[in-house]
Amino acid sequence: MTSHVILRVLSKLLIPLIMLFALYVQFHGDYGPGGGFQAGVIFGAGIILFTLLFGLDRAREVFPPRVLEILVAAGVLLYGGVGIAAILEGGNFLDYDVLAHDPHHGQHLGILLVELGVGITVAAVMATIFFQFAGRGRTDD
Amino acid sequence: MLDLVHLILFTFLAVIAVAIIRLKDLFAAVMLMGIFSLLSASLFTVMDAVDVAFTEAAVGAGISTILMLATLALTDSEEHPEHNRFQLLPLLAVTLTGAALIYATYDMPRYGDPDAPIHQHVAPHYIEETEHEIGVPNLVTAVLASYRGYDTWGETTVIFTACVGVLLLLGGHAVVERFRRRRLVEPEDEP
Repeated sequence: MTSHVILRVLSKLLIPLIMLFALYVQFHGDYGPGGGFQAGVIFGAGIILFTLLFGLDRAREVFPPRVLEILVAAGVLLYGGVGIAAILEGGNFLDYDVLAHDPHHGQHLGILLVELGVGITVAAVMATIFFQFAGRGRTDD
Repeated sequence: MLDLVHLILFTFLAVIAVAIIRLKDLFAAVMLMGIFSLLSASLFTVMDAVDVAFTEAAVGAGISTILMLATLALTDSEEHPEHNRFQLLPLLAVTLTGAALIYATYDMPRYGDPDAPIHQHVAPHYIEETEHEIGVPNLVTAVLASYRGYDTWGETTVIFTACVGVLLLLGGHAVVERFRRRRLVEPEDEP
């Protein structure tokens, strides 16, 4: 991939913008279209573009598979943790009203956190699955 | 005007679907499936379902296409059918199923009909009460993450499970190797 200068330069410009856009979609989901799932997929697409350009070995250094595996579980746990936190605060599972003094603030906080959990899991899953496909048939892992 | 846009998009969808079935070159078929997803996304946008369109464009046209291409790189990009001869029974089965599905659409409410059953159950509550109960401007997010938070929790678990499945199937070799290495390092106590 060393010869594709135009692709490399353009993608170096694009990848940060793609990831920034993913974060925008993630945290603007309350106000516009989007949310954790879409943001996670866009962020995963950024990682995949990086892998396509710079190779699997570089990508595994930047996004270590062990860390990705932990993130896959961490997102689901964050979502479930918000649900458990609501129970501990005296509400039902995933009832965000009790998370803050004002029910609206609680709802905002709850939605933000569970969407973050979805985003983390989806991004890590997309990257992990692609790494698995791309690394298939290699003997070094 | 809107009907014309719908008609054009649906015609394109049908043409691409037939092209995908007839193509022997799987690489071209994967590209056409990406275009199919992008057209579906446009259709969802025209129908004011921007959140769904967003997902379709990102997942269907983006990630799925790349995963399909990665699969083709591992296997073969040319289709090799077992037999090419004409078969009556499968044709009859799909024709009958298709006819039954089209017949069933006559019982469906018209697109955008306010009296449709789906608009009579919980939808009015969501539309009227989201502002007071949730306080989030995007109705879709409110339904997805709060009213139906339990369902979304299930979906996240499904994605998690899919990842575990892929890791076990494709990364199984690495797991076995890791296990073997540990066995070799650990001393055997029993004689």
